[in-house]
Amino acid sequence: MRNFLFIFLIFLVSCSSSVTPVDDALDKQIFHFGNGSEPQGIDPHIVTGVPEHHILISLCEGLTIPNAFDDDNLPGAAESWSISDDGKTYIFKLRKNGRWSNGDPVTADDFVWSWKRILTASLGSQYPDMLYYLVGAQEYHTGVTDNFESVGVKAVDSHTLEVKLKAPTPFFTGLLSHYSTWPVHKETVLKFGSIDDRNGEWTRPGNFVCNGAFNLKSWELNNKIVVEKNPLYWDASTVKLNQIHYYPVSNVMTEDRMFRAGQLHVTSTLPSQKCPVYLEENNPDLRIDPYMGTYFYRLNTTNPYLNDVRVRKALAYSIDRKLLVDKVTKCGQIPAYSFTPPGSNGYEPTTFIPFDPELAKQLLIEAGFNSENKFPKLEILFNTNEDHRKIALAIQQMWQQNLGIEVELVNQDWKVYLSREMVGDFQVSRAGWIGDYEDPNTFLDLMRPNRGNNKTGWEDQNYDSLMARANSTNNQVERYKLLNEAEKILIDNMPIIPLYTYVRSYQLSPDIKGYNPHILDHHHPKFIYLERD
Amino acid sequence: MINIFIKRLLLAVPVLLAVASLTFVLIKLAPGGPFDADKAVSPQVLKNLNEAYNLDASEWEQYIDYMSGILKGDFGPSFRFPGRSVSEMIATGLPVTFELAFYAILIALVIGVLSGVLAALKRNTYLDFIPMAIAMIGICVPTFLMGPLLVLIFGINLEVLPVSGWGQLPGDKILPSITLGFAYAAYIARLSRGGMLEVLNQDFIRTARAKGLTERNVVIKHAMQGGLIPVVSFLGPAIAGLLAGSFVVETIFQIPGLGRFYVEAAFNRDYTMILGTTIFFSAMIVFFNLLSDLAAMWLNPRSRD
Amino acid sequence: MSKSATLWSDAIYRLTRNKAAMFGAFILLILIASAALAPWIAPYSYSFQNLELGASPPSADHILGTDVLGRDLLSRILYGARISLLVGFVATGVALVIGVSWGIIAGYAGGKVDSIMMRIVDVLYGLPFIIFIILLMVIFGRNLWLLFGAIGAVEWLTMARIVRGQVMGLKNQEFVMAAKAMGVSNFSMFRKHLLPNILGPIAVYATLTIPQVMLLEGFLSFLGLGIQPPMSSWGTLIKDGVESMEEYSWLLIYPGITFTVTLFALNFFGDGLRDALDPKTTDN
Repeated sequence: MRNFLFIFLIFLVSCSSSVTPVDDALDKQIFHFGNGSEPQGIDPHIVTGVPEHHILISLCEGLTIPNAFDDDNLPGAAESWSISDDGKTYIFKLRKNGRWSNGDPVTADDFVWSWKRILTASLGSQYPDMLYYLVGAQEYHTGVTDNFESVGVKAVDSHTLEVKLKAPTPFFTGLLSHYSTWPVHKETVLKFGSIDDRNGEWTRPGNFVCNGAFNLKSWELNNKIVVEKNPLYWDASTVKLNQIHYYPVSNVMTEDRMFRAGQLHVTSTLPSQKCPVYLEENNPDLRIDPYMGTYFYRLNTTNPYLNDVRVRKALAYSIDRKLLVDKVTKCGQIPAYSFTPPGSNGYEPTTFIPFDPELAKQLLIEAGFNSENKFPKLEILFNTNEDHRKIALAIQQMWQQNLGIEVELVNQDWKVYLSREMVGDFQVSRAGWIGDYEDPNTFLDLMRPNRGNNKTGWEDQNYDSLMARANSTNNQVERYKLLNEAEKILIDNMPIIPLYTYVRSYQLSPDIKGYNPHILDHHHPKFIYLERD
Repeated sequence: MINIFIKRLLLAVPVLLAVASLTFVLIKLAPGGPFDADKAVSPQVLKNLNEAYNLDASEWEQYIDYMSGILKGDFGPSFRFPGRSVSEMIATGLPVTFELAFYAILIALVIGVLSGVLAALKRNTYLDFIPMAIAMIGICVPTFLMGPLLVLIFGINLEVLPVSGWGQLPGDKILPSITLGFAYAAYIARLSRGGMLEVLNQDFIRTARAKGLTERNVVIKHAMQGGLIPVVSFLGPAIAGLLAGSFVVETIFQIPGLGRFYVEAAFNRDYTMILGTTIFFSAMIVFFNLLSDLAAMWLNPRSRD
Repeated sequence: MSKSATLWSDAIYRLTRNKAAMFGAFILLILIASAALAPWIAPYSYSFQNLELGASPPSADHILGTDVLGRDLLSRILYGARISLLVGFVATGVALVIGVSWGIIAGYAGGKVDSIMMRIVDVLYGLPFIIFIILLMVIFGRNLWLLFGAIGAVEWLTMARIVRGQVMGLKNQEFVMAAKAMGVSNFSMFRKHLLPNILGPIAVYATLTIPQVMLLEGFLSFLGLGIQPPMSSWGTLIKDGVESMEEYSWLLIYPGITFTVTLFALNFFGDGLRDALDPKTTDN
């Protein structure tokens, strides 16, 4: 009986194929993509995450698309555009050969209707503010008016789109590569529900229609999504891939193993303890790309102890950022001395945060805390995650050692953490922010008064007016000067403590070509193909 | 016996309703809602979302709405995946978990019963000690340790089996099924050994042997029926345990089953999904407990309450 | 009462002859002692980090090596023992208290009370407790007492059934009926007559429940729901170890061995107890 089992097992085992999916994909031009988690959906006006973006970028196309070779966006659905001198009016010329996947031409009306959809409050989109730069958009969305004619987007003719902005917005074309500004096919959406129906079935395979390089072929929940080349795409001749298979692998260790076993061409991330190991052994599949994101700690300025700017600075100056990135995160991250990642579209902040425990101690004493009047215990809130814990542990030790402040680590499940941050139920809270488009505004805008994502209670009118001025000028040089001034105010007041600039770390098979580093991690599949050297 | 079956079935209904109600209360107590996201949701948008999902009605109203929906078989839309209904998601995940559990219990029964019976027959010899020692290992090494170890050995070092997936690559169902079934094989081995030992000591077995029946006849036709009763009774709780174990195994091997759906729904506060899967799991457990109790009763008319 | 006296001495004799059980008991004693004395015998604090060092294999300074933050593994295993054993004993204790009380009352009362009480047990048996525990842990995650209670709530059912069965068996025996006839109060009955006689099976089952509880805690930790750091149990140590098992295998091996050996010991001892108390199931 024992023997039976043995033989059975060997039989099963020998049945397993020795040709890996990666080997097999070479001729078939199939891209096996590790996508991190099951996407919420593929309605570009409803979804909010990165895995969704990876899929949507192959299915739909906005006015502009990301460039695989440098930072400026390329023409997408729009073949050209012109900007008025005052920077407030854009005329987009849509391609005459732009097609939806069912053959219908892509027209300016499609964009007008799509932007109306995302600005329709009852749809419940979480990104309507992407279009708030348009005249009248915010008013329409918040219900001040229900006349969409008052919003600054118009179809001049079937292939000309006119967009009117409230103020010159130099990053507007960059903004257009965010999926919230992408078009949806009106007839398809309306066939399965109304304009504001979140649960319509138009996104199912077989129903889904969009204007991208690929079509939705199949969707097995929690298992795999397959898209295949769209022959009607205007640039189909450039597209070399035949299919992309998206795998929602949420366990990072499993994803790593899948890659090494030849089941994936690219991973969504890297287990953090693998990074230093791969770096040391010069693993050729390791990729560490610059990423427009900042890891920081939020300080609740309404807290009576954190209200004092000297305390906040003391906390910031007693953190050894170099030690953090060298010994804790260990994956090529860069210490951050500003909120906006340096180099974002050429922006170089001049702010600096020293590592100066003596100065920090001095500041704390000046704020009135010494051996008689001890600083109370601080609580660092973060969502349950080993990497956040490691950083928090390191900082706990630094504050203990350099300032004598006792720190307690509190980790909460993701949703609980979010709700606590939202209502201000925290003292110090771990946070991260990734840019939505390539301009410092996407960071600095957060910290303006009355912004939902501020969450620190810090409000500075000087900061606010500097930001407003920066966004009303078209002159990039002057703009950056103003933004830098604002950044200086921010760092001088320290409502948030920047820790380091993110990197995108992942593994990429050498068979994949055209998947180049992009500061926002946008990779348009039409530039990607498989080739083995 | 039909009476008992029907009685238990009827009893199951209020039980499931109680389970649903309890889960509903727990969910509502949980801090953090389904729409909390890293990018803060403006109060305006939040209001719209709550309206769309009936979250702005009073708790009692929501409860009644939901319960009446269930009685009609409608588990509502998933909060996390717009456009998908809970029934649909359960329908995709359930067969997978079922299949995994089926293979696991098959492995557990085959290996467990065979080794247990063997150990009982060859008591106090090596054929007894070795299977029982392996069984002890199965009981003491947790699934979440066994799984990754098997993956390390067979998936990465020997490279003979896939490290994840279900139905994607040939042979990818082997490791998960073994991981899940091994611990139960161990329990069943011990139970069947114990049960067989007790039966083999009884008079009617001695009589059968004295009558000159072959050992095989004695064991299979006479002993096993009684000796395996503990195993059959154990099956009910075993299925419950398997469903729980599936959470871990599905996570390790990235299997798109109901267990993984449930854990993620809990983390994401997908209220309707949590409720739907809880009710389903409960229904399955109730059903299997019932089956195994009935089977045990059928095998041994003496075990009445 | 002489009946139970010889039963005890009989049992103890048999138990001490069972090598596996004695070995298990020995291991357990060492473990419990180490756990209790951890603050004094651990070479380092369980939270002391050495970021410069990072993860390092066993060496003179760190007998079992260090983890990615440079924390000494031996110390963490010792402190982890405290937590794991604490969870094991307390949660089992909770299960014990509830289960034994329930079982005694049901078994002794008999009739309708017993019927209803055991019906409730049957119903609860069919519930997916794991599901509720997961939900509870997600919601109220950081509460250690909730963990004890939740795990205990899963395990008391079988205890109740066993105790009730035993009590029913005892109820009709002469000495009980005699005591009743003499007018002994119910409470005294429980305490002086019933309890000593069911202590055996309770002890057995309790000893065998502890490993179940520890496995359950490990399972929850693996899903990220169990003991929350800075406290770490063996379950969390194993979870961490699994994540780095390829690079830093000692982080998995040592906690894994400790955990498995403890479970072995508990199971051997529990089996030995059972064999000692119930002559019918011994291998003679």
